[in-house]
This record gives sequence, C-alpha cells and structure tokens, in this order.
Amino acid sequence: MILTYIETRDKKIKKSSLEVLSEARRIAVDLKTEAAAVLLGTGMEALAADLSSYGASKVHLFDSAPLDRYSTQDYAAALAGLVKKLSPAAVFFSATAMGKDLAPRLAARLGVGLAADCTRISVQDGSLEFTRPIFAGKALLAFRLTSSPQVVSLRPNIFPAVPAAAAGEIIREAVEIPSAAARAEVTEVLQESGGEIDVSEADVVISGGRGMKGPENFELLREISALIPRSAVGASRSAVDSNWIGHQHQVGQTGKTISPNLYLAFGISGAIQHIAGMSSSKVIVAVNKDPDAPIFKVADFGVVGDLFQVIPPLKEELKKLRS
Amino acid sequence: MEILVFVKRVPDTESKIRINQETNSVVEEGLNFILGPYDEYAVEEALRIKGAKGGKVVAVSVGRDESLVILRKCLAMGADEAVLIKDPLPETYDGLRTARIIARFVQAKFPAARLLLFGKQSVGADNSQVPAMVAEFLGIGQANVVVKLEVDGDTAVALREIEGAQEKVSLTLPAVVSAQKGLNEPRYETLKGIMMAKKIPIPIVSIEELGFKPEELEPRVAIVKMDLPPARQAGRVVTGEAAETARQIVEYLHNEAKII
Repeated sequence: MILTYIETRDKKIKKSSLEVLSEARRIAVDLKTEAAAVLLGTGMEALAADLSSYGASKVHLFDSAPLDRYSTQDYAAALAGLVKKLSPAAVFFSATAMGKDLAPRLAARLGVGLAADCTRISVQDGSLEFTRPIFAGKALLAFRLTSSPQVVSLRPNIFPAVPAAAAGEIIREAVEIPSAAARAEVTEVLQESGGEIDVSEADVVISGGRGMKGPENFELLREISALIPRSAVGASRSAVDSNWIGHQHQVGQTGKTISPNLYLAFGISGAIQHIAGMSSSKVIVAVNKDPDAPIFKVADFGVVGDLFQVIPPLKEELKKLRS
Repeated sequence: MEILVFVKRVPDTESKIRINQETNSVVEEGLNFILGPYDEYAVEEALRIKGAKGGKVVAVSVGRDESLVILRKCLAMGADEAVLIKDPLPETYDGLRTARIIARFVQAKFPAARLLLFGKQSVGADNSQVPAMVAEFLGIGQANVVVKLEVDGDTAVALREIEGAQEKVSLTLPAVVSAQKGLNEPRYETLKGIMMAKKIPIPIVSIEELGFKPEELEPRVAIVKMDLPPARQAGRVVTGEAAETARQIVEYLHNEAKII
C-alpha cells in the first residue's frame, strides 16, 4: 500500500494533495498494490468522496476535535500509529509548508530517511527511485532510500492530478494524543491581505525585478495578475532586498523554487540564483530592455523593450482575450 | 538562556554548480563557500535574543575542518562559543543522519539548551528536514520557516510562513525554530569582532565521542546519479513597437503555448 497524507485548508482538499494521490496511484499500479489516503481533522467525511474519485481505494479518517487545528506533534503521532498498523510500502506527502513540517517529523519518528521535494518518482526493479532538484534546481539528484517505509514528499505543481474512480471505503481511525511537555501549537492563522495565492501554488507567476524601478510599479503586475486566473505576483531578490515587495514573493535560490505553467518576467535580468528558482517553469516569457540579459537564454519568448511601454497594451490584449 | 544555533558551510548562491559524473558529487574547486544564508538569520536572531534576555550563544556545525571558517564568522558576529562536530563523510543528502548527530550532541553536551535555532534549509541539499527531525529525536516542539520570534520566559511565540498566510505557533521551551528570510537583518561582523573571534578556541567533537557505532550513521540515501538539469533552449526574441510586441506575447501564449 502507498499511503497519501491529504492536506486540507478551510475544510477543502488542497490541489497538491490530489497531485500526490494521483502519483501514488500510478506508482501503486507499478508495485501491484493499492493507493490509500489519510485525512485528519473534523468534518472530513464529506471529503472522502473526492478522494475516491482520485483513486483512493481506502480513506483512513481521523475525526477528532483535538486534530481540528494542525499540530506537528499530534499529527505525526497519529500518522505513526497508522503506519505501524498498516505497514505501507511508502507514505507520500506534498512538499507544502505543512508537508515540509510534518514529513520529516514522521520520518524521524519511524527512524527512516525522507525523500524530500521530489520532482520524479520511478519504479526500478520493484523499488522506488527518486529525483529531486538540489541547489535550487542547478543540479538533479537521483537516489533511493535504503530504509522502509519510504517517506516521500512531492513538489507541488509538477505531477498532474488525474481523476480515477476507486472504492474510497472510509475507515475510521482512533488516535490517542500523547501529552508532551514541550509542545508547539498553532493558535491562529493570519491570512495575508487580499487572499492572494502563493507563488509556489500559482499556475501563472508574473514577476518583477530591478527594472520595475520602485514598489509602486508592482501595482502594474497585480493588474496583469487580476486578468489571469490562478496567477500570483513574484519578484527577484533585488526587488525584495530593495523592500519593493515582501520576501514571500521572492523567486530564486533564497526565495521559492517554482514550476508554474507560465512565468512572465518583467525587468528581470536573470541572475544565476534567480534562473535556478524558475527554470523548471513550463513556459517562460521575458520583457527586458537589455538584449543581452541572461533571462533571454532561458525564455521561450522574449521581448526586448521597455516594460512600462509594453504592459499597458498587454493588459488590453489580455482583456480582449477574456471578453 | 543557552541558545544553540546550527550552521552549515554552503556554496554561495551565485555559484555555477558543476558535477563530477564519476563520483556523483559537486565539484568544489572554484566554488566560493559561505555561511548558509538562512543560517545567518538564525545566528542574528540568537544574538538578538541574547542581547535582550542575556545568556549564551553557541554556534555548531556538522562538517569537515573547512567549516571552521563559518564558525569563526559566527564568533565574529558575536556568538560566545563555537563547536565543530567533525563528520568524516562528505555531503550525504541524508537529513536523518545529520539530525541524529545533532540530537545526540545536544543531549551529550548541551542538555540545558532552551532554544535550538536553524536556517529553514541548507542552500544546496535543500532538504528542509533536519530541524524537524532534531525536534522529534529530542521530543520537543518546532516552528519552521519563522519570520517573527518572541521569547518570553519559558515560552515563545513564532510566526511561521505558510502558503499565502502565516501561522502563529505557541511554543514551550526548549524548542526548535528554523529561520526564514524576513526574520531579521543580519549584522556585519566588526573588525573588533573578527580579531576577538581569532582568539576563541573552537573545540572539535568527533562522531565516536558521541558514542555512535559506524553502522548507526549509515546513510539512508543511496545516490544513483547526480546530473545537471536539461538546458533550456533560448526561444524567439522580438523587438519593435510596444503595442505590436504586446500583441505578439498574447498571440504566442494563446495560439502557440496555449496557456491562456
């Protein structure tokens, strides 16, 4: 069995968890086993149906008030108990903020290695081989884990979410929350203003660099973003370090490594640490005044020109397309 | 309050990475190594907490002798002590192994430490797993990817970054906290600091001294191959009147790439 941890936010399943479940199902077929899912929280029963339509043969449900809010220690304890009971061949997570917090905690509890933030998984002679970017994507590491179960996290936005009908039988699990003296608890979730989606989860990222000239001009990028569904505004390190925009928007080696369907770069020259963070985007379009800017070496479509001249008619063209 | 801050020597982010295909490792020759950028936020935070609450900051690195350079930097920034845990193996990309070493070290040498600070990830291995694993091995709480930290007596409140929001995490000390960019603005070392740092001896702790049998630290990661990613091909570059190039972009995205 491959067990997939399903992450929810506001009682909704995250898309990246469906990506993971889809990949788990694909691998399970190769390993001639089944793909199961595990859900923690309260009022999750209605979500089990969604999981059966993405290939979960069984949905293990921890429905318990203390699990209503995410806690690394409690969630790891519940998952470790389930792993002992089911002995899965592998446990899959999405490498989201929660997945990166929880998967290593579970792996350590089980005393096993963790394949983190993988972008490719294959089955070789009955065992799993992982590929993950290192140095923010400047290199790729292919490896196996010599411990079992294989604990794995998958990078969001890489694996397709593919619907597939399965039984989705609900199995209720009980959990005993251990009392730990030194605890960490999430007491509040503070939403960022505007409820923007994160650059790591967006289908389209519209990014600005030093060529944006000032914080006020990032408004232009937000206007473009408003015209493209599931898009987010990104930035280069120099824009962030100039305090033009918050660091959570930064793309690159000391920011986020992302793989959107489209990366639109305005006024970004393309420093090596920036290219590392976005070169796995499916399509890259760049607008820059400097014809020698390194970004043009990785762009599928480049415009040599003044971004302040290009953006207004670009917005008009996008509006035309929408109407 | 005793604060431990764990740091790693990494190639700077402007480095071009080359691979030795025979040994499946990164070619170190010609690389400029630095104190990990996220580790630097952790060091700064440790110094700020010490400044406000008093106590002692100890910088610790797991690695080879070359890591002494970054420990000296931590001392020059203001850390009181530094320790090198000497690891005979080169990079293993195995977070579990590093976490085991660190947890054992804390139990053996600094059992009274109240706060264990890390960078949210090393720049290179990019694993983001050692802090959480150390917390698990020590049975204490964790807050990862932290952009704000307030310590008050035996508790702390951390703001940690998640997708499009922040989680407020309440911690009972001792605890593990990993630093994200935005937590603070790291100080530069002063000339006086650099001179003082040269005089502080840096003890070296061996793996054997921590009571490990070699097989306990057998890496769980078996490297199959290290490679460069496929190079992207440069595409079409156009120039001309702004309205026309804007139209071309949208036409490309709509008709050719079929993205919007």
